[in-house]
Amino acid sequence: MTGATPDTLLYLDGVTVTFDGFRALNSLSLILMPGEMRAVIGPNGAGKTTMMDVITGKTRPDSGTALFRHDHDLTRLDEPAIASLGIGRKFQKPTVFETQTVEDNILLALAGERRARRAFRFSAAKAEAGRIGEILETVHLSGQRDRLAGGLSHGQKQWLEIGMLLAQDPALLLVDEPVAGMTDAETEDTARLLVGINRTHSVLVVEHDMHFVRALGVKVTCLHEGSVLAEGSIDHVSANPRVVEVYLGR
Amino acid sequence: MIRALLGDRLVLVVGFAVAAVALAIGIGNLIFPTDSALHAPTYTVSLTGKYLCYALLALGLDLVWGYAGILSLGHGVFFGLGGYAMGMYLMRQIGTRGTYGHPVLPDFMVFLNWKELPWYWYGFDNFGFAMLMVMLVPGVLAFVFGWLTFRARVTGVYLSIITQALTFAMMLAFFRNDMGFGGNNGLTDFRDLLGFSLRSDGMRVALLWASAVALLLGLAVCRFMVASRFGKVLTAVRDAESRVRFLGYRPEAYKLVALVVSAVMAGIAGALYVPQVGIINPSEFAPANSIEAVIWVAVGGRGTLAGAIVGAVAVNLLKTVFTANLPELWLFALGGLFILVTLLIPRGIIGSLGALRLRPGAKLGDDPAADAGRA
Repeated sequence: MTGATPDTLLYLDGVTVTFDGFRALNSLSLILMPGEMRAVIGPNGAGKTTMMDVITGKTRPDSGTALFRHDHDLTRLDEPAIASLGIGRKFQKPTVFETQTVEDNILLALAGERRARRAFRFSAAKAEAGRIGEILETVHLSGQRDRLAGGLSHGQKQWLEIGMLLAQDPALLLVDEPVAGMTDAETEDTARLLVGINRTHSVLVVEHDMHFVRALGVKVTCLHEGSVLAEGSIDHVSANPRVVEVYLGR
Repeated sequence: MIRALLGDRLVLVVGFAVAAVALAIGIGNLIFPTDSALHAPTYTVSLTGKYLCYALLALGLDLVWGYAGILSLGHGVFFGLGGYAMGMYLMRQIGTRGTYGHPVLPDFMVFLNWKELPWYWYGFDNFGFAMLMVMLVPGVLAFVFGWLTFRARVTGVYLSIITQALTFAMMLAFFRNDMGFGGNNGLTDFRDLLGFSLRSDGMRVALLWASAVALLLGLAVCRFMVASRFGKVLTAVRDAESRVRFLGYRPEAYKLVALVVSAVMAGIAGALYVPQVGIINPSEFAPANSIEAVIWVAVGGRGTLAGAIVGAVAVNLLKTVFTANLPELWLFALGGLFILVTLLIPRGIIGSLGALRLRPGAKLGDDPAADAGRA
């Protein structure tokens, strides 16, 4: 297929999405290599979330190529199929299963059997219980294991959702505004957590908080009006006069 | 697994209560003489049996509404189809004892000058076949309906309206004489079931006990479903369907299983109901009936299983009392009850009891199940 070298993890080329004549994505191209972490910034309406919608199968692009591991056409698969391929997503507004316990939230996300007819199982297997414990440790929720997720604070829900991503163990994590509504200390913690996750997973993170993006210390892509405005190190991107004009300067 | 199944104390209490009441009334009717204080009149036997059938319908409705967030306003369609399947068997049992004495054709067909039995009446003289149809017809309808709507991602009010339209359309169809189901008179004048007279006390008690057993089995099946991982996924679908998809699950498969099980339960409820009330006609498909079932579940507490049973029995007891004494006020009482429950105890009777023993950290005011139902 066009230009997608066999070693790319995610390959977007010329992706265009229009909603009622509004171009949410305008011939967007982006390549992510395995093991890479990329930060995506840009003003509201730049197309960051729409890009994630295309990658996860929620939105079908009008035109363009979206490939995962160079041979899976993401524009032809639906959300569960893409999730099973190994793309996990954390939403801008933390979305956890509020009426279930923290433990069950992680359990539901754990990689494994997803078919309804295999779901008539009861207590978690020993390996699962151990894995849940590890994940809760990682996201600092060990003490909340039996609480209902709906009773968690906003920051804890963000962390629980990151924990669910870890449980899903996808090759690529899409993380939409993970530090919105977090304190400075929590933000730094989250940056450390993502850097740790990046040791074994590829990550695409959308964030407005430039302090947080700087703390990640990774390549940055700035989107504007549905296409890439600038790409490179944080210093390179923030020195770009167009970026300053449309995004940082405001 | 056993611990998970027995984990809900309210379900256990309600299950035992159903068994105890059915046993006591049955024994009271058969063994104690009419002048004994422990005697249960035959009227009470059939009335209780009827309540238990309603409770089974409500239980199935709670599975889809309370746990999967599918607010069905047309569950009467499955109840009615199960009832018609049983009615067809009972019609074939009449034989030559009908008014026209035709050995094969039911009275209404003779009246319409039909010469032979329509093909879809074949086999209904066999009890086993009829019982299979009691489950198969509602189950297949639910499967086709769910397959089409869930895959098209029809949810919320839109789905509720379609379920309502489904039962309404079925009512209009069954009103037609040329459908071959007795038109607006429906099927009635039943004589016996498996060779025993439907009018005998023994048969009435047997039907009451069969209803109780069906209800308890239904309760066990529902409990099995909601306590397993299946139930956790189903609840997750109710609360955040798209999130479940991004975890790699196919919500439509889970909803489909729940809807089909629920429809089969409703079909069995209808089949047990018909011999106890002695008639099945198209008014069973009336949208108001399905809405009433929703009110039972709301009053008892959706998403609790036990609540569906408590709600169905409580509201119908009230209905019996009202329609005997103040029949013209019943619909006002029902409407008022629904408004009061929604305002004062949105979790319903059992839901409010359950909230008292929730784990610390859960907020009492939250009712995600209610939100899911409204969405």
